[in-house]
Amino acid sequence: MTLIDPTPARAAALPQALVDPDLAIASIGLSMRFRSGQLAVDNVGLAVPPGSVYGFLGPNGSGKTTTIRMLLGLVHPTSGDFRLLGTDARVGLDHVLPRVGALVEGPAFYPFLSGRQNLARCDAADRTADLATAPARIDHALDQVGLLAAADKRYRAYSLGMKQRLAIAAGLLRPRDLMILDEPTNGLDPQGTREIRSLIKQIAADGTTVFVSSHLLAEVEQICSHVGVMSTGRLVFQGTLGELRGQGEPRILVRTTEPDLAAKQLGRIGLADIIVDEATVTAQLGEHGADVINAELVRAEIPVFGLETVRPSLEDMFVELTGEGFNVNG
Amino acid sequence: MSTASVDSSADAQVAAGRVLTTSGTPSLASELRHWLRLFLSELRIVYRRPRNMAMLAVLAAAPIFLGIVLKFNTPGPGDGPPNGAGEFIGQVAENGVFLSLLAMFVLMTLVLPLSVAVVSGDSIAGEAGLGTLRTLLTVPCGRVRLLLTKYLMIVVFCFSACLIVAGVGLLMGAILFPIGPVTLLSGATVPLIDGLARLAVIVIYVSLGLSALGAIGIALSTFTQHAIGVMAAILVVVVASEILDAVSQVAAIHPYLPTHFWLTFDALLRTPITWTDVWHGLASFAVYIVIFGALALARIRRANVTC
Repeated sequence: MTLIDPTPARAAALPQALVDPDLAIASIGLSMRFRSGQLAVDNVGLAVPPGSVYGFLGPNGSGKTTTIRMLLGLVHPTSGDFRLLGTDARVGLDHVLPRVGALVEGPAFYPFLSGRQNLARCDAADRTADLATAPARIDHALDQVGLLAAADKRYRAYSLGMKQRLAIAAGLLRPRDLMILDEPTNGLDPQGTREIRSLIKQIAADGTTVFVSSHLLAEVEQICSHVGVMSTGRLVFQGTLGELRGQGEPRILVRTTEPDLAAKQLGRIGLADIIVDEATVTAQLGEHGADVINAELVRAEIPVFGLETVRPSLEDMFVELTGEGFNVNG
Repeated sequence: MSTASVDSSADAQVAAGRVLTTSGTPSLASELRHWLRLFLSELRIVYRRPRNMAMLAVLAAAPIFLGIVLKFNTPGPGDGPPNGAGEFIGQVAENGVFLSLLAMFVLMTLVLPLSVAVVSGDSIAGEAGLGTLRTLLTVPCGRVRLLLTKYLMIVVFCFSACLIVAGVGLLMGAILFPIGPVTLLSGATVPLIDGLARLAVIVIYVSLGLSALGAIGIALSTFTQHAIGVMAAILVVVVASEILDAVSQVAAIHPYLPTHFWLTFDALLRTPITWTDVWHGLASFAVYIVIFGALALARIRRANVTC
């Protein structure tokens, strides 16, 4: 059962996205073809509303990281245009990037420097940073991620979670209007994951747009307001989390000891796509309310032990959009 | 705004989420201050790195070792090969200044180029290998700005390496051997000050020669993430160049080899100084710097950073 029609027309941002200066990230036709011929990113049209927490979903290898690298100027797109915070990337990317905090594909720092020295080096590379407040800002960033006590230990002595936190701290060295985070909770224990999640919520509450790339759907469900789903280089869905959930048709689930009888009765009422299981029957919820269905089943003297409306989980939606396959495509 | 009021309110402003940032067009002084901060950071990560400190220690130890060996096996004026180091070995016992020259001559064959190969090979490739290149570029630090800053760091390193060799050599020469008016290769004797001035110019010349190698190094460094490979490649370039330079059948290409003019600073130890040799050398270094500098710039601007 196809829930979404994954055609580019449906998923690509409307052309006026580029004209709309309010969007935090807007791209049109963004593509990247590697020299080997592989099309890693295919005609992606992002439209990230300002102030939102935008979850960038997709299986591994779907082009998420390449798209993020393009947005940050690390990789040159083979075609397409994009705007960050209203500024055309071709003209002023270097001017707008100080307002963007980024974590791309894992933490990367100098093993022979301490955490604080590493952040000092990041700050030294920033030509618009305020020199006078540098030590205070570094301490503040370390404090926000909980690394203040370990700030003077060498980076090579950090655990994976600490390294990840330091990478996030680098993004917090100055207030940002946009945070682009590539799997920020990768390698963190549950406490760390919770803290990063609350940190993201706090950042978003301050008005910063947060663009989070993840494949942890539970996490996305908790913090994101908008979602974009990538599959083999194409953006197959873009919209609010509610819209994504709403895409799935609700179904009625009946727990009964007489599933066949119940199925027949549901068919008589006029419900479609009836699936019979050992002790449950599900069917597509039509225009009848659950109360009506319940009444009909009881009238037919079918024992009903439970009745509920279920929507497909985000994971179901995700797999529907991106495919069931376990094997890597080429 | 005075510095005092900035410091006291900095914490409050940081806590409130507002941070002073330079707005509008930054002044030249501000740009310079920010660039200097980046440059000092570059110097710090090179000079404070244990393996680089070890290399500089070796460079300092070599002239000491050389001086002690020559003190106990005092060579006569006729010892050593007729050209190259031989010109200096014989003179060491008479004037300690020549220990400095001898040390530079000997170390220029491999050890000094090795240290430059390590530092310049690691400059971009090392960052790419660690992944810190993407961390820096997304701050954002402009690609060209980063490249030029790193090359300047390499040049400073070349000068510091030569200074260490020459300086320690001179010190050991002064301790172990007599120091006085310098007898030049052309036979004339000049006052010590004149000799030291010539030594200073030689240090500059040799440093520029190493800087040209540094340009080759940084250019190769922009092509890969494997710093070790680049360091090895640079050494191969040096050794191959020196081998070809010794083969008289290919004398036609000798002036175009990168190492050819490295040791021709004996021109500065004659009166009158044969400047044409010096200009040839400087021109060779300049050409290598320009060509490989352009290559590095082009490469760093076009590259897709996938590290």
